[in-house]
Amino acid sequence: MLRAEAVSFGYAGEPTAFSLADVSVEITPGSLTGLLGPNGCGKTTLLKLLCGVLRPHGGAVTLDDRPLSSFTRRELARHVAVVPQETHPAFDYSAMEMVLMGRHPHLGAFQLEGPSDFAIARESLTVTGTVDLADRNYMTLSGGEKQRVIIASALAQATELLLLDEPTASLDLGYQLEVASLLARLNRERQVTMVLATHDLNLAASLCDRLVLLRGGRVLAQGPTSDVLTGAMVQQLYDVDADVQFHPRAGHLTVIPVSRTR
Amino acid sequence: MSTSAVRRGPFGSAEQGEVPSIRTRLAVTIAGYGALAVATCVLAPLVGSTQISLARVFDRSIPFADNVDAQIFFVARMPRVLSGAVVGAALASAGVVMQALLRNPLATPFTLGVSAGAALGAILVITFSTAVSLGALSPVPLASLGGALLASAIVYGLATRPGRTMSTMVLLLAGVTLNSFFSALILFVQYMADFAQTYRTVRWLMGDLDVGSFGPIVASLPLVLVAFAMFAVLPRSLNLLSVGTDAASTRGVDVGRTQRLAFLSSSLATSAAVSLAGPIGFVGIVVPHLVRLMVGVDHRIVLPASALFGAAFLVGCDLVARTVLAPVEVPVGVVTAMLGGPFFLWLLVRRS
Repeated sequence: MLRAEAVSFGYAGEPTAFSLADVSVEITPGSLTGLLGPNGCGKTTLLKLLCGVLRPHGGAVTLDDRPLSSFTRRELARHVAVVPQETHPAFDYSAMEMVLMGRHPHLGAFQLEGPSDFAIARESLTVTGTVDLADRNYMTLSGGEKQRVIIASALAQATELLLLDEPTASLDLGYQLEVASLLARLNRERQVTMVLATHDLNLAASLCDRLVLLRGGRVLAQGPTSDVLTGAMVQQLYDVDADVQFHPRAGHLTVIPVSRTR
Repeated sequence: MSTSAVRRGPFGSAEQGEVPSIRTRLAVTIAGYGALAVATCVLAPLVGSTQISLARVFDRSIPFADNVDAQIFFVARMPRVLSGAVVGAALASAGVVMQALLRNPLATPFTLGVSAGAALGAILVITFSTAVSLGALSPVPLASLGGALLASAIVYGLATRPGRTMSTMVLLLAGVTLNSFFSALILFVQYMADFAQTYRTVRWLMGDLDVGSFGPIVASLPLVLVAFAMFAVLPRSLNLLSVGTDAASTRGVDVGRTQRLAFLSSSLATSAAVSLAGPIGFVGIVVPHLVRLMVGVDHRIVLPASALFGAAFLVGCDLVARTVLAPVEVPVGVVTAMLGGPFFLWLLVRRS
């Protein structure tokens, strides 16, 4: 169980713009939690607090009742993997090399990757549909290909928790659905617990069993998707008038934005 | 999570992967570049104004005192070749580490002001110290070492905050500023100097591997060895660091520790190299890039390959410097700059 308890955070020199105040979130094992909110509401900051890259100024983040600050980076990386919005390596690594880097926390200081590490990396590439790109230079891949290679790299880390920041933002419609079904499958078959920050309300509606709505660094609402994702909440969250309806063919709630109300 | 679960793929399959190639690549690379470095160091002393033969050099039947070839090989030429190897290896690997630390392939070991600090120290001694003794611990190398370490300490102090990772932006800005500030001080000191001192200063700035004996090399060795011991633990972390500090952190790298180790080790290696031979430019950027073109970008291979190739490269450049206008010897720094300047521009154009 990953838990944030009354967490607050502010970036130095920016007392109000990017800060979290009194945020409490529980990520139960096996859940798939969506993190929604307008630009600058603190989604990415909360993800960075949940994976220990940032330390909270107040409150605490705990994994199985142990504060994250008591984990070494290596230890933590065996429990929590992160897919960031964008990744810009300084050198021309191949897709395979990028994915093998996910094995870092499982290798000893001078240990080289063995057959099992290669098998895991190759399977991670396969499930993300990027195995044909294994020897390609990561920098020359398209946005969608890069994103899927980075997801593969996080999968190779073989953690029980996966935090994703806008995993479908740079993908076309087809790959959005493909990544969504990949995440659903990982969650269902391998019980990988996920937290997903996104602007795509329909993606969140289709994937997530729980939602956390953030506005201005505070939790506006959280709970099961069907309770939280309502027209009134979308209105409060984004100042947008939207129709939220169950779509029988899709099998989940859908959000149709109608107009800006402010 | 149990170990067996960790060893399985994301969907639990036990599919057999390809044969791990990194081990073989590493072995082949080290053997190949090692052979190149050793061959260069053995063959380079054979070339010079007096012809000597390798067979006679290693002919055990002639006592060393009577073996002119062996004396020329070991006493007259070998110190210069070995200093080239040590300096080349140190600068090339410091370049690799600096480029990963700053996440910038165009960084050099001198980007953060180490060479300017060394130059200031050397020039202060050349200009204001009347009794300049020669030998292993002569004041010029000591002063340049002091200046280099001082410059590193200033940049380090500016770029680190307790409990935070280093800001590469602050590192770069502090380094660039320190470079120009020390250059201004150097100009000021030169203005106070007489012609002879200015001449010696200019010659020092060109870089020179003619250390005269094994003494200075042995004196610089402890620093170089400490730096290389630190290099040895870095490569996989450097791979991740060059992808991004957050990416490295979430993959299990202690970013702050890695940055400190990278900064200290590259500064130590650079300081030792510059105090031994002056600021020989472009080795730290040309060699890593040539090596990456040949062996890829994995630091576990690039770092040892660059150290070995750097040794061969600088010894080779010095061979050119000694012979191209013989009997006149061109300073080796001029040769590396004439090769490295256009190469650097080519890299710049190629990347953009």
